[in-house]
Amino acid sequence: MSLTGLSKISSPSPRAPRPTLRGRLLQLAERATSPLLPADYLDLFDPLRPGADLRGRIVEVHPETADAATVVIRPGADWAGHVPGQYVRIGVDVDGVRQWRAYSLTHGPRADGNISITVKAVPDGLVSTHLVRGSRPGTLVHLEQAQGEFVLPTGGGKFLFVTAGSGVTPVIGMLRNLFPVADSGVVRLPRATAYDIVVVHVAPSEPHSIFIDNLRALDAAGLIRLVARYDDEHGVLDVDDLETLVPDLDERATLACGPGGLLDALQAHHDSRGLALLTEQFRASTLVVGEGGTVAFTGSGTTVDADGATPILDAAEAAGVLMPSGCRMGICFGCVLPLREGAVRDLRTGEVTTATPGETEGRGVPVQTCISAAAGACVIDH
Amino acid sequence: MTVLQKKTHNPIGHLTPEDIEQIGVELDAIRQSVIDTRGAADAAYIRKVIATQRKLELGSRAVLLVSMFPPAWVVGTAGLAVAKIIENMEIGHNVMHGQWDWMRDPKIHSTTWEWDNASPSEQWKHSHNELHHTYTNVIGKDNDLGYGIMRVDEDQRWVPLYAAQPLWNFVNACFFEYGIAAYDLELGKNLATKERRQDPDFRARATVTLKKIRNQMTKDYVIHPLLSGPSFLSTLGANATANLIRNLWTHSVIMCGHFPEGVETFERRSIVGETRGEWYLRQMLGSANISGSKAMHFMTGNLSFQIEHHLFPDLPSNRYQEIAPQVQDLFRRYGLTYTTGSLPRQVASAWKKVFRLSLPNGALRRGRGATVTDLPTAPAREHAAA
Repeated sequence: MSLTGLSKISSPSPRAPRPTLRGRLLQLAERATSPLLPADYLDLFDPLRPGADLRGRIVEVHPETADAATVVIRPGADWAGHVPGQYVRIGVDVDGVRQWRAYSLTHGPRADGNISITVKAVPDGLVSTHLVRGSRPGTLVHLEQAQGEFVLPTGGGKFLFVTAGSGVTPVIGMLRNLFPVADSGVVRLPRATAYDIVVVHVAPSEPHSIFIDNLRALDAAGLIRLVARYDDEHGVLDVDDLETLVPDLDERATLACGPGGLLDALQAHHDSRGLALLTEQFRASTLVVGEGGTVAFTGSGTTVDADGATPILDAAEAAGVLMPSGCRMGICFGCVLPLREGAVRDLRTGEVTTATPGETEGRGVPVQTCISAAAGACVIDH
Repeated sequence: MTVLQKKTHNPIGHLTPEDIEQIGVELDAIRQSVIDTRGAADAAYIRKVIATQRKLELGSRAVLLVSMFPPAWVVGTAGLAVAKIIENMEIGHNVMHGQWDWMRDPKIHSTTWEWDNASPSEQWKHSHNELHHTYTNVIGKDNDLGYGIMRVDEDQRWVPLYAAQPLWNFVNACFFEYGIAAYDLELGKNLATKERRQDPDFRARATVTLKKIRNQMTKDYVIHPLLSGPSFLSTLGANATANLIRNLWTHSVIMCGHFPEGVETFERRSIVGETRGEWYLRQMLGSANISGSKAMHFMTGNLSFQIEHHLFPDLPSNRYQEIAPQVQDLFRRYGLTYTTGSLPRQVASAWKKVFRLSLPNGALRRGRGATVTDLPTAPAREHAAA
């Protein structure tokens, strides 16, 4: 349960008539706005009000390094709060197209009620580049409630954090909550004394390591032990070196956040020694865009082999899948289905549309199956 | 063979198959140029239009709360009529075409949009996007040609019922949203036999339409008049007037799209095995534009660029104006007629055709009708019976 969530729980009304009146008024309002909903009009004036779809407004964007920035967002009234280390899915419009990504919340609950994410612009990263270089205060973004199991266990203990690149962000969230930094320096909270923390932070080179100043300050204050490893200086980290870097490794529970390769290596390493490991990976495995591929339909459980020149609609129908269809030439949008995962190519233009689970809203990216061919393995929600 | 090929002058007689395919290639390139530059400015445009339309509607309905005062009635009714026109045309029609699906905004998407019109969006999308846009001006396939109640081509056999078609057309214009709902349900066909009347699919669709009509009528003719208290009757009248204005306007604009003189119709057999280039050509010859001011284009939902819309029904409507000169140049280079004219001229032209075809061929002894002597084709007969 989230720490701040408690304040949001309203006490249930003891009497029946009040909700009935409210319900009636709501019904009347719906009749007055049909086929739209009252919310469609209220959103024009207050998109962050209670009861609205969860949104937020960018309040501030400040640079952290040459290619990373912290974006401060005022969440809508129904934001239920979060535990440091959790992540939030954010929908932003990039070049007019809604894109969803998950980012760690890099702080504990803030006094001003805002939330913040720290984003590193990754090469070819549509959303991260936009957030770091193109986002402006005042912009409305779409949110989901915070989620994630990658949080610091309460009650203290001995921990090892292994973070790589921007994988440091959820860990920073936990550490800032544990050791708040005021103007006068780091505040020593009584509950923080129960934690013994070592952070092994890996990055390609020093200047690109975001939050390194934070970690150094905590290290200098004796609150954590920081082991920084830069690829250009120390070579790429070998997980077997952890025993040398952290002599009491066996006494610690490990929390790791970074790219898939490092997490897989750590998992194998810890499994062989019977050590506890909690991992968090943000970036989904790389999508392979090719010519043709398998198309899996979630509803019927059918999987169809389709070549790169055949519309998914035709391939599916040939395999006996009941498909919605219309003009069969890309005009009527009667065949649109959500692409949950994978890539399809528009047979008219060659344009490739991709879907990565967690980076789309709802059930996937809607695609026209009559003019889209598989461009690699696809999963279609139908 | 197309209906148009039977005329004394064949407007595409001078084109080789290679020309037709080249037209397709050039149009694909125009389409691509818009897709390549589609972005944040377009998204901002449609969001602004939607926000403005909703505020205009709210404001007009607020003014109508005191509609017993004549100035309030006039201002409120005018505002509401404009808001309803924008909602139907620049927003509803175009969103349901999937013109804004690329934004991936679930609130502005062809699969989720519902409009302030009697016809439920699901049914309208089928009859409009799928039938009308695919089979544009193909007699017997495109019900937009005369909505099944009018004779729109010399090749359709004349029956005495058509003598009153100017009246049908006017009545249809006044109650256009219900006319559309009826023909999205294919009422003429589906009420004809007991078997069709009892078809579960038809009954399910009819139930959805009736529920939609009830909701829309409750809003305009019960809830808002009640909210107006002593202004009940005047608000009722204002809402009915706004709906009437919207119906007459949309009917006029839509009539200008495919009915004026110069627009060609096609035979069902002519589209068998049609290539992409031939499909484009049919859209070019089967549609007509309306010339006018920016405000006029906006109020028609950019259907004044009917030719561009029919060539590229899924491109954002705000971009038709900018590609129109390129499309017009293409018509000129290939010796085709880009049919366009002012709104009064096109409306008059369409009405003239409605009147002319209400009489048997040759009755007026002038115009194209007199030159067509062929017997009615099979599709035309079927159409006349529908």
